[in-house]
Amino acid sequence: MTSVSTAESRAVAAPGVQTPGVDWFMAIALLACAYAAIRAVFFTPVDAMLGAVQKIFYLHVPAAIAGLYIGCGLLAICSIVYLWIKDERLDRLAESAAEVALVFMSVVLTTGPIWGRSSWGTWWVWEPRLTLTLFLWFLVLSYLVLRGAIEQPEARARLSAVMGALAALLVPFIHLTVLLFRSQHPAPIVLTPSALTSSKLPPEMAATFGISLLAFMLLFFAVLRLRYRWATVRDARAALEHG
Amino acid sequence: MSEVRDGTPTYDAPGFFADSWRLAKKDLLIEFRTRSAFLSATVFALLSVVIFRFTWDPTAVSTLDLAPGVLWVIFTFSGLLGLNRSFSVEQADRAMDALLASPMSRESVFAGKALANFIFVVAVQSLTLPAVALFFNLPVGAWWISIAGVALLSAIGLAAVGTLFAAVASNTRMAEMLLPMLALPFFVPIVIPAAQATSLLLSGQPFVDVVSWLKVLLAFDIVFVAACTVAFPYTLEE
Repeated sequence: MTSVSTAESRAVAAPGVQTPGVDWFMAIALLACAYAAIRAVFFTPVDAMLGAVQKIFYLHVPAAIAGLYIGCGLLAICSIVYLWIKDERLDRLAESAAEVALVFMSVVLTTGPIWGRSSWGTWWVWEPRLTLTLFLWFLVLSYLVLRGAIEQPEARARLSAVMGALAALLVPFIHLTVLLFRSQHPAPIVLTPSALTSSKLPPEMAATFGISLLAFMLLFFAVLRLRYRWATVRDARAALEHG
Repeated sequence: MSEVRDGTPTYDAPGFFADSWRLAKKDLLIEFRTRSAFLSATVFALLSVVIFRFTWDPTAVSTLDLAPGVLWVIFTFSGLLGLNRSFSVEQADRAMDALLASPMSRESVFAGKALANFIFVVAVQSLTLPAVALFFNLPVGAWWISIAGVALLSAIGLAAVGTLFAAVASNTRMAEMLLPMLALPFFVPIVIPAAQATSLLLSGQPFVDVVSWLKVLLAFDIVFVAACTVAFPYTLEE
């Protein structure tokens, strides 16, 4: 019993680990998301052409920016730098970023088809951006499965960083391939996401979009911080149990 | 540091390519003597050709439309069968440790393994391609050489990426199951261009139309052969 209690107190005292309390960052992020959701549903005009379904845009695009650009970007950068300086904090950050990015990408891949069904008339089109998102989702998923299959922490960090670094190289190739594939086939005459985002938004919509983008950024980093802290506590505990 | 005895040089630390070729020869010799992976990969490929023939209505889909997809699905999956063996043969008696303790550089270990896998993939392809042509009744013509070229270009990429992930997967508890999941997303930029190029060549399109796909394949080969060679030492224990 004494060993357990000292283990706990040492885990609490370990650097970077704080006693659990109110996570103010998370609280602010959740409040911001609630505000953005209420504003998007009740206080933003309904799109004349697309109707109410256009409001998915306030969820879909911020989730895509947070998950695809920031989440996958962090995963790639942390993996490459890990191979270089072998710092376990980078490994934990890569692991956390992958998991949070997977959740945000799942939101993107769920809301996308719902919007597509009513706007394009089809759940899925093999449009380059959609295809790339799907492949990225698979890559991040297999990255996490690989992590789960290796028990030894150092080997897990090293091998998953190899995969993360190579995946960063792969993405331009997948993008190039699906673009080329597309260009050789007749493109469907639909409203593409790029047409939607590049069109000039009315000021009320732009403001709501800006607020939800900010709210999603806060949420992404709040969840990432929580997940990173959890990984830190887990590793500290494992180090105490095994070493 | 060669010592000359009786005028003939004894073992000298050979260069990168000599090392790689020695390791590839060793792997291929094991494979040639047992033929375990080659036979299973070839039988798997031929069986798939036959089974695929019955999954489509031949009156609805022409064989010319079907063949490229069938060919590349089979090439990819039969290639995976051989890749698992690449590092599992080194696990018996911890042969990998001996390999790493040898004066070979780790990059040349990768090059040797990848070379053996490349020859393995090409051997399976050279049996599968005529089988597909036979069973799918493909026209005989000049497309043979072009498609063989496409197959060679893709085999380079398949072998490089496949060897690296076979090394990664061999460190895990479920290597055989993990390898397809890790490697298949990386085969996407090989399989799509190769299948598209094959389809264009089979339908009699001029070679110029295929060039953009071949460029993608070539770029993938260059980037990933280099990247996998650099990344391979990280997959081994320090």
